[in-house]
Amino acid sequence: MSPIAAPPTPSDPASQDDFLRRVRPSGWQNPPPRSRYDLVVIGGGPAGLSAAEIASRHGLSVALVERYRLGGNSLNSGSIPSKAIIRAARVLSSLRDDEEYGAAAFGPLTDFPAVMERIRRIRTRIAEYHSVERLQAQGIDVFFADARFAEAHVVIAGQTPLSFKKALIATGARPRSSNIPGLDLVGYLTSDSIFDLAELPKRLGVIGGGPLGCELAQAFCRLGSRVTIFQNEAKFLPDEEREAAELLSMSMSRDGVDTRLNTTVVGARTDAGAKWLDTVNDGIKCSIVVDEILLSIGRAPNVEGLALAAGGINFEMEQGIDVDDFLCTTNVDVYAAGDVCNRHLFTNVAESSGRLAVQNAFGARMGRQHQAAIPWCTYCDPEIAHIGVHAREARERSIPVKCYTVMMQDVDRAITDGQDYGFIKVYVRQRTDQILGATIVATRASELINEMSVIMSAGIGMRRLATIVHTYPAQSDAIRLAAVAFVNSRSEDLDGRRPQATGPP
Amino acid sequence: MQALSELTDDALLDRLQQAAFAYFLENTSAHNGLVADTSRGGAPCSIAVVGFALSCYPVAVERSWMSRREAAALTLRTLQFFWHSPQSEQPDATGFRGFYYHFLDMQRGRRVWQCELSLVDTALLMAGILTVGCYFDGGGDEDDIRSLSEALYRRVDWHWARNGLATVSQGWKPEYGFLHYGWEGYNEATIVYILGVSSPTHPLPAASFAGWTLTYQWENLLGHDVLYSGPLFTHLFSHAWIDYRGIQDTFMREKRSDYFENTKSAIAIHREYGARNPRGYGGYGRDFWGITAGDGPGNREMRESRRDHRFFGYMSRGVPYGPDDGTIAPWAMLAALPFNAEAALRGTRHLLKRYPQVCSNDRFTSGFNATLQAQGIGWLSEGWFGLDQGLLVMMIENYRTGLIWEITRQCPVIRTGLMRSGFAGGWL
Repeated sequence: MSPIAAPPTPSDPASQDDFLRRVRPSGWQNPPPRSRYDLVVIGGGPAGLSAAEIASRHGLSVALVERYRLGGNSLNSGSIPSKAIIRAARVLSSLRDDEEYGAAAFGPLTDFPAVMERIRRIRTRIAEYHSVERLQAQGIDVFFADARFAEAHVVIAGQTPLSFKKALIATGARPRSSNIPGLDLVGYLTSDSIFDLAELPKRLGVIGGGPLGCELAQAFCRLGSRVTIFQNEAKFLPDEEREAAELLSMSMSRDGVDTRLNTTVVGARTDAGAKWLDTVNDGIKCSIVVDEILLSIGRAPNVEGLALAAGGINFEMEQGIDVDDFLCTTNVDVYAAGDVCNRHLFTNVAESSGRLAVQNAFGARMGRQHQAAIPWCTYCDPEIAHIGVHAREARERSIPVKCYTVMMQDVDRAITDGQDYGFIKVYVRQRTDQILGATIVATRASELINEMSVIMSAGIGMRRLATIVHTYPAQSDAIRLAAVAFVNSRSEDLDGRRPQATGPP
Repeated sequence: MQALSELTDDALLDRLQQAAFAYFLENTSAHNGLVADTSRGGAPCSIAVVGFALSCYPVAVERSWMSRREAAALTLRTLQFFWHSPQSEQPDATGFRGFYYHFLDMQRGRRVWQCELSLVDTALLMAGILTVGCYFDGGGDEDDIRSLSEALYRRVDWHWARNGLATVSQGWKPEYGFLHYGWEGYNEATIVYILGVSSPTHPLPAASFAGWTLTYQWENLLGHDVLYSGPLFTHLFSHAWIDYRGIQDTFMREKRSDYFENTKSAIAIHREYGARNPRGYGGYGRDFWGITAGDGPGNREMRESRRDHRFFGYMSRGVPYGPDDGTIAPWAMLAALPFNAEAALRGTRHLLKRYPQVCSNDRFTSGFNATLQAQGIGWLSEGWFGLDQGLLVMMIENYRTGLIWEITRQCPVIRTGLMRSGFAGGWL
């Protein structure tokens, strides 16, 4: 299933009108509804769009209901804008390192609005790939309206009842709110609002050390803000390897981020026009003054206002919609996909689950969601990417596991690139060469992990991998070096037989 | 006196071991046996250092640096202090529920710096208390040492320290409660579990050690298979007391290794890292290693040879993931003596020859950084740290005579703890 092949039409990408024309045209008139749709999709984010597009390509009649703008969190306030601001931050950061390359060091950022304008331009350009116009051209009926279930096979879009054979709920998630006393009064930003900033905050306090909190803390620090990040756990990115999280801590500190681990924000207040955050670390109290606060403590599934009970659909406020392994809800004709029901809130997970839900709803064969085969990445510098199981999960499941680690500081191309912080760790079922998973911490981990994804889906083992010729020098050669370490490792690994590198079959 | 570099290995070890032990003679409060954390003016007592000091008294007796009566009297005063000092929830008590605060003032022995009630440091203290309880097997003072040793150990409420969870927390503060960062991955805490599960009064559940080992990572790193832990001391602390040669828990049986062999692998990785020297630090090489927790140059940034270098104060440094700021612990290579004597001696001799400033009065400084050139001699940690000196005395002795390991192999608490944690084979 390839994405739409035609390139976006050239237009003035800076224009907000262009953006809105693509994601929510002004004066939009909802189409007259069909008597019954094969599929009604609620939510026009990555999961909903991929589901609607694949269903319509298979000749099904599809209605897509979106309450705000197409593209979801990913396009509007998540993956795309955050990666664009991270790029700006990386450019600035690398220019500051120039002395080692014999050039004069570059000064501070002077034009923050230009950075934000670039984000908007990028967002506008990318919006074209799934624009309203294109959806219409594919025969999808797009409704901009709130949606709620009237009964098991009817959704109301605004005032219009849409009758369906199958429905997909893909309403996504939103930034989780907090009960920190005073925070609502003081005011704070979330990922939904931070990309609307007109000027760079001098001092930024980031509450929450998950992926988005870390990414934005580092990016704003590199752009010139004085950033303090508060994490109430012992490490950032609690789901990741300890070494990965610690490397990220060190990297953020090197950039100048004030990192406060094991620190809980217990209150927010305004004093003499400044915003104060009161914190506690192991019983020791502290107060920090900031200009802006970014709250990034996770995401809450969008389950409210949908009248799910009327559709016979079970859900929980925290975990979202209750789905089985096949993404089917408690209403056998209603599926869910994306952030509203997934544990891993990533765009690629959302898209693949959207496609899978359609396949399961209409196809002859049902498929399970293979979380293990889905890679994900946190786009700090270095990036932290993962696929498959972690060593700890394997041990908890009594799978004997061994990690083959290659430090990026030992990879020739990472050295020449000056990008030698990080590592590649491949988890192998002990006494076999079966790859169970991998964690990659590297400047380009988001790209490198895709090689692991292909290797794992193709069922390539460590012995075979060791023989696959890579370009030299390349950072991805680190993956092959891990396999070479496997081959060179001591003989016990294969029950006394020394592993032999063999050519491809 | 002959220069250290001219001595034979045996004479060199003798000089360095005795000088390390003398730290305790110079930095102990005679009336309560408390030992200062460092030789710096006003330093408080660290209870872990007391654990090391107690374990070193048998060495001093056997090597005739102290008379047995003198050593027993000092040991007894120390144990009496810990038995009678206040145990309560008061913020200035000495301990609570049988555990002790990490740092105590040298005179009165009360908590200082709002520090934590420390599990691992109490375990190190108890390891020392159990060592003297086994070593002093005579009458008089030695009778009292044995009964106090048992009473102090039995009083520790390991069960409480779990805070209802499967594995232990790192500490507790009266102002705050349990410190909520747990332990993930292999580290120096093995001794906590071994002593905890063995308790006849308030034990950890036998499964708690296995629960902790679920967080272990068996890695192939820099060409060596190892149960990973970054800082070198984590491969040495429990080992100072426990002879891990040939005994295996479930994890090590699965990996066909043991914790002694594992430390050898860790040393090989540290040496390999030194040789590769990825960050280009001054001095690093196959005979210049020993990256661990310890004192450092302090938080500063420096640009040298067109590269940014960041330096840290007291922190846990590790290999190969870091943090690494070019600081090594000059004592650490020698502390690896029982595991790889050749590497330990080669490294130590290289250090003494190339950077003699790291060893004044025959005693190693806690930290040294050859990259940061203060007065042209590199950054040197000021004074001496008790932990370093105690570990050195014990490890040199284990290499020379195996005395500490011999004592603890006979210690019922340690034997039971090992067996309940799933260890078997070898001398067990």
